[in-house]
Amino acid sequence: MNFSQTLIALWTLVLKEIKRFTRIWPQTLLPPSITMAMYFIIFGNLIGSRIGDMDGFSYMDFIVPGLIMMSVITNSYSNVASSFFSNKFQRSIEEMMVSPMPNWVILSGFILGGMARGLGVGLIVTVVSLFFTRLTMEHPLLTVLVVVLTSALFSIGGFINALLANKFDDISIVPTFILTPLTYLGGVFYSISMLPDFWQGVSMLNPILYMVNVFRYGFLGVSDIPVGWALAAIFAFIIALFSIALAMLERGKGIRS
Amino acid sequence: MAEPALSIRGLTKVYGNGFQALKGIDLDVQQGDFFALLGPNGAGKSTTLGVVCSLVQKTAGKVTIFGIDVDKDFAKAKYQLGVVPQEFNFNQFEKVLDIVLAQAGYYGMTSREALPRAKQLLTDLGLWEKRNGSARMLSGGMKRRLMIARALMHRPKLLILDEPTAGVDIELRRSMWEYMRRINQYEGTTIILTTHYLEEAESLCRNVAIINNGDIVRNTSVRELLAELDTETFLIDLAEPVAEVPTIEGFELHQLEPTQLSLLVHRGQRLNDVFKALSEQGIEVVSMRNRANRLEEMFVSMVEGSGQGAIDQRVASSSDETKEVRA
Repeated sequence: MNFSQTLIALWTLVLKEIKRFTRIWPQTLLPPSITMAMYFIIFGNLIGSRIGDMDGFSYMDFIVPGLIMMSVITNSYSNVASSFFSNKFQRSIEEMMVSPMPNWVILSGFILGGMARGLGVGLIVTVVSLFFTRLTMEHPLLTVLVVVLTSALFSIGGFINALLANKFDDISIVPTFILTPLTYLGGVFYSISMLPDFWQGVSMLNPILYMVNVFRYGFLGVSDIPVGWALAAIFAFIIALFSIALAMLERGKGIRS
Repeated sequence: MAEPALSIRGLTKVYGNGFQALKGIDLDVQQGDFFALLGPNGAGKSTTLGVVCSLVQKTAGKVTIFGIDVDKDFAKAKYQLGVVPQEFNFNQFEKVLDIVLAQAGYYGMTSREALPRAKQLLTDLGLWEKRNGSARMLSGGMKRRLMIARALMHRPKLLILDEPTAGVDIELRRSMWEYMRRINQYEGTTIILTTHYLEEAESLCRNVAIINNGDIVRNTSVRELLAELDTETFLIDLAEPVAEVPTIEGFELHQLEPTQLSLLVHRGQRLNDVFKALSEQGIEVVSMRNRANRLEEMFVSMVEGSGQGAIDQRVASSSDETKEVRA
C-alpha cells in the first residue's frame, strides 16, 4: 500500500469505530455523563462541602480533573476491548485480515477509535462539570497532552485484553478487578499526602496515580508527584504496550489458527 | 506460460493439538479458470483456503498468487484476492452500504472510486434497495450476496468462494451461478469454489481437485473425471405397481416403491434394451431420471475408496434437481 492508500485504510477504520460508538450512544456516551453528574452532585456538592479544602482547593475543584480522567481511562479501554472482541466474535476481523492493511494500521485504527470515545466522553464530563464549578486551566497544553497520552495508553491496553480474550467475560475482568480499584486508589478522590508514609509508597506503584496527578496539575497547578517523571512513565508505557500489541497481532495471537 | 493464479507447494498445516490438516499438498489453479476444490467435511478445504487468505498460519510450504509470494509481499498478493467465506463474517449491525464501502477503504480505495463500484455491485446482486438497512435484516441468501459484493469491491483477479450457495434456495442459487459465470467469462476473474453441491461444481467448473484427509487425491478436469464414471443409477417411475422386480439380463434392478425401480447401468450398456425388455413384460414406463448427479457418484466412490468410510449422503431438498453429499 502506498502512503495515501494507507491513510485511507486508517481513516476508514477510525471512522467505522466512531460510527460504532455513536450509533450506540445510549450505551457509550450517555451512562458516563450521568454517572459523573452523580459524582459531582453527591461527592462534590453534598459531601464535598463538609470535607472542606484539599491541597488548598475546594473538594469539587479537586475531584473534577480526577473524574474526567477516570472517564477517559475507562471509556478508552472498554471501547477498544469491546469493539475488537466483537469483531473477533462476529469474525468481522477477517475483513481486515484478508485486506492488504498492515497490522500497525489495524492496531492504530482501533487505538484512535478508542481515543475518540475516551476523549469524547472526557469532553462531555468536562461540560457537565461546568454546571457545578468554574474550571480554570493553569497549563492547558500539558492538560491536553496528558489526557491524549493516557487515552492512547488505555486504548492499547483494551486492545491487548481483547486479543487475549476468549469470551465476553474476559473483557470485563480487567476493568472490574484492576482498572476500577487502581483508579479509585489513584488519587481521584483524595491527595496521597493524606496517607501514612507506607501507603504513600504503595500508591506510588499505581500508574494511574501519575496520570491523574499530572492532569490535575494541568488544571490546578498542584501535583503529588514530579510532572516530568510522570510524563516519561506514560510515554514508556505507550511504547512498550504498543510494541507488545503489534507483536501479538503479527503472530496472529487470538485471531489466526 | 502465464503464472498460475494460485500456486501451492508442499503446504502443511499442523494445528496446536497435533492434528495434521494438510500433508504437504501441491496445487495449481491457472488464470481464468473456474476451479472446484471438493472434499468431505474436515478434509482440509477450508484450511487450504484459510492459508491462502492468511486467516490460518501454515506450518510449512509456499503459496504464490499470480506469482507473488504471500510471505514476501503479502500486501501486493492480497490486492489480487477476494474472499467469500463459508460463514457470515460481517458486523450484522452495520448498514449494507457501509460494509462494502469499509472493505473498499481497507484496500485504499477513495470514496469517489468506491461509491459507484458499490452501487454497481449491489445493484447487480439485487441489494441496492437494501443499502441503508442493517445487515442483520437481510435474508440468508442476501447475506451471501452481500459477501460476494464485498469481496468484489477492489476488483480482485482471484475470487475464492467457500460454499457460496449453502442454504440458498434453488432459484437464487441459479442466479448466483449466472453471476459467477459472468464475472469468470467476461471479467476474466479466476474463481476457486468449494461446495457440497456437486451439481454446482459439475455445472460451473472446468477443473477440479478432490482433497481428502489432508491430501489431494485427484486434480484433473471435470470432463476427464466424468469420463471415468463407470456406472450411473437411474430411477424409473412405472404406470402400474409391479408385484416383483422384473428381470432383465445384464442389468441390476431394485424395487424402491411399488411403482418405482432403480436401475444400475454400466458404461456401454444401452437403455433401449431396458425399455424393450420392460415393454415385453407389459410394464409401462412413465418417466426416468438420474438418481444423483454424475460427479456426485464419482466423488463418493473416490472418497470411499481412499478410506473415508462414513459418507453421509443426503438429499438437500425434495427436488430431484439438487443433491448434496456430506461426510
